[in-house]
Amino acid sequence: MNLTRYQRSDLGWAGFGRLSSLRDELDRLFESPWSELARTSQLLSGWTPALDVHEDKDNFVVQAELPGMKREEIDVSLHDGALSISGERKVEKKYEEAEVYRTERFFGKFQRTVTLPAPVAADKVKAQYKDGVLTITLPKIEAAKPKQIDVNVN
Amino acid sequence: MKAIVQTEPKAAAERTEYQEFIVPVVNIFETKDGYALEAEMPGVNKDGLEITLEGNGITILGRRVAEPVNGELLLRERSAADYRRVFELDPAIDTSKISAKMEQGMLTLTLPKSEQVKPRKIIVSD
Repeated sequence: MNLTRYQRSDLGWAGFGRLSSLRDELDRLFESPWSELARTSQLLSGWTPALDVHEDKDNFVVQAELPGMKREEIDVSLHDGALSISGERKVEKKYEEAEVYRTERFFGKFQRTVTLPAPVAADKVKAQYKDGVLTITLPKIEAAKPKQIDVNVN
Repeated sequence: MKAIVQTEPKAAAERTEYQEFIVPVVNIFETKDGYALEAEMPGVNKDGLEITLEGNGITILGRRVAEPVNGELLLRERSAADYRRVFELDPAIDTSKISAKMEQGMLTLTLPKSEQVKPRKIIVSD
């Protein structure tokens, strides 16, 4: 028998096909109810509402998911170019003599801070709370907006 | 030596399309009059809500309001998927009296128990 190493190049290719479908399976496994596992990290750090941040040429838009809260329970502040969203969801005893079957919802205090990459006009910031989503629009200061610079050629 | 591993090519028709849903978090309480279920579905309003009763199960489906995305994305933690969760109902629930309320992305379902199932005192006559 030859003592040369068996060339697995063609085998490797076929092997990849198998591996990628296995990975697809794993991805799907983690996407479905097992995504709860990802949320267990929140058990240690407390409630951290999900945020999306967009930027267009005039504004920054920050969206936070805060369902089932009252407007007065949410606090938005801007300090030194950092936007801070905080608040507290108090436990309400809504039901008399209730037996609790499941509590998956978070209660208590939360805070998220986003540092903005460009300065914004603090007095023109708008916040809207609709369908459980808090949308904050922060207009950029004139100097921070992208400008076309004409190139002169002598 | 023949290849040890053989892969069957995956036919395009075999792949099934499936829609991904997020499982909304819930709180469930039981009182002597019935059950109360709170489900968090931010981004869903009354029009996007679909609650279906089938057999002894209830399916809650929440479709998000389409949000126009403008500009460049800097941070993304939210998902664009809709919400779906299925629950098995206690047979004591009177399904004709189930009511729902949607407020700031939170659904509150009230599921009252049937009258005859509620604990009732029986008076002993002489």
